[in-house]
Amino acid sequence: MQTKEDIGKDRLLWMYNQMVRIREFEERVKRTFVEHPGVIRGHTHLADGAEASIVGALSTRNDDDPVMPSYRCHGYPIVLGTRPGRIMAEIYGRRDGLCKGFGGSMHLADPAHHFPGASGIVGQGIAHATGVALTAQVKNTGQVVYSFFGDGSSKQGAFFESLNLAAIWKLPIVFILENNQYQAYTHISLEDANAAAGDPLSKKAEAFSIPGVTVDGNDVLAVREEVAKAVARARAGAGPSLIESKFYRFSAHGNAITVPPVPTQFPQHEAVEVYGRKAEYEAARASDPIARFRSQLINDGLLTEAEARRIEDGARAEMEDAVRFALASPFPSPEEALNYVFA
Amino acid sequence: MAREMMFAEAIAAAISEEMERDPNVVYYGQNMAMTERDPFLKKFGKNRVRITPISETAEMGAAVGAAMTGLRPIVELYMAEFMLVAFDEAINEAPRLRYMSGGQVKVPLVFKAGFGFAAGWAGQHSNCTYHAMMGIPGLKLAIPSTPADAKGLMTAAIRDDNPVVYLHHYMLTIDKGEVPDGDYIIPFGVADVKRSGTDVTIVATAWMVKKALAAADKLAEEGISAEVIDPRTLAPLDVDAILTSVNKTGRLVIVDQATRHASAAVVIAAEVAERGFQSLKAPVKLVTSLDATIPYSEPLESYVLPSEDKIVQAVKSVLIENAAAV
Repeated sequence: MQTKEDIGKDRLLWMYNQMVRIREFEERVKRTFVEHPGVIRGHTHLADGAEASIVGALSTRNDDDPVMPSYRCHGYPIVLGTRPGRIMAEIYGRRDGLCKGFGGSMHLADPAHHFPGASGIVGQGIAHATGVALTAQVKNTGQVVYSFFGDGSSKQGAFFESLNLAAIWKLPIVFILENNQYQAYTHISLEDANAAAGDPLSKKAEAFSIPGVTVDGNDVLAVREEVAKAVARARAGAGPSLIESKFYRFSAHGNAITVPPVPTQFPQHEAVEVYGRKAEYEAARASDPIARFRSQLINDGLLTEAEARRIEDGARAEMEDAVRFALASPFPSPEEALNYVFA
Repeated sequence: MAREMMFAEAIAAAISEEMERDPNVVYYGQNMAMTERDPFLKKFGKNRVRITPISETAEMGAAVGAAMTGLRPIVELYMAEFMLVAFDEAINEAPRLRYMSGGQVKVPLVFKAGFGFAAGWAGQHSNCTYHAMMGIPGLKLAIPSTPADAKGLMTAAIRDDNPVVYLHHYMLTIDKGEVPDGDYIIPFGVADVKRSGTDVTIVATAWMVKKALAAADKLAEEGISAEVIDPRTLAPLDVDAILTSVNKTGRLVIVDQATRHASAAVVIAAEVAERGFQSLKAPVKLVTSLDATIPYSEPLESYVLPSEDKIVQAVKSVLIENAAAV
């Protein structure tokens, strides 16, 4: 187990900063629905609550390790070094967007930062990530692929087929199952056999004879620890692992599905809106992974209140800029719609 | 130089030559390369030639991810129907990811599958589903009818920077023909006139080209000159070549092994109706499978499929005076 001293203050503060940046970005996306109604079209999914899980995992990366998330994909590129303004501009459908306005929230891609692209179809990104690992293996690049997906995805055929294939080929990949407890609007106990039986979802790894572990996804250092082990194993050529990172999604699955011109907004979380479990939701919010890491760092004397505020103010200013940049960016011209159909 | 080869050998030759040329080409599928005796395995090794489990979603999905990051995978799917299990990858992933990324990635891969196996394979292994892949922006679709075309189109498919569905007709597998040696590429979107004629244009693909040519021979005996055109790729589709021919003959019969409303024929007919209406001296005639799942028993199977006789009849029907009234 790496201690905080092993990790080092700089890296720990980097991790805290990344978590705060993701949260602040997602807050700005959410606020856009209120402050600039109509600017965000379609369906948008947020990563608030997932910050410790995302950052803990990505803190173990080598600079060229590919990252393959699901359609809930805003958080990862923020950590990888993508300019938040370009992500926001994509979500706003603008020309300066990461994908020039062709993809939107669910289909971000930044191959220059080792993020080849996200699929909007639940679970299919797991198969794509497996293929990215095939490239790494065939070309012997030494890379390990980080495949992120939700608990809902783990009931897709793509999940079972990909884990079996990755295991049989000993592909350099780590499968990170982000269990945020709700498959879209459905509580996990209603759709997952392991959950219904009171077992962890990491039990699915047994079906492929690969390591499977469940980790507290609200604990950034615990996530880092388990992912590091799995990455080391994959990099050594021993094949994939499954890590269930358990946390709670703070926002609803996505913005409400409305038909134009009715403006859309984020409804309350399903726990409250659908199931009436206000206490569950409030307890989850009370164990916020960012607040938890913050007080840990302060208690350990690694962060002062003033430093923490500086990080938080910095993220706020950065994401304020991102919104300004995105709003100022022009729309693509209509005839550009026929670009990029074929290579 | 050219030498005589079977259809299947021509495809294998193209794959082998491309794998020699480009180390990024990998080839995998179910039940292939199982022993050290496999010629591909011997030549290219386990890293590039692989056996997969029966997992079309993982096979095709992994190809998408691998293609996005620098490989050129060829997925051996055996039967086009097996692709249906993972149709999302063929239709909603491989052709969309480049576009959705704003042109940042490309997805060069080949989904290779046989189809149309009209030899008692019954209801789930001998249908034609290519219509569903024709109009998908970003997806190309090759459907050769001769060993030479099979090689040239496979070479083009592997070198293409876009996802390609390569469909080879099972009934052509052991057909022989002259195949050029070495680099031989047939560009996509270029139809081939398989037989020149002046009275009627017959458009056909794959096995139906063979039937159309046999029908044209029969018609020639009766003094009817049929031109047979094989588009060779359905996406892109060489509409201009078809229009040029129809402009010459004034009559069009489209032969397609698929059922009528799920055929490539209806698309071709629509293009000609819109752009070649003035050339037509008679209504366009479609010879397609009858609207039934392909049955097992031989007489039933023959009954629903297009045949040489049905093509001959269709041609005669568009040639008679006042065909529009028939």
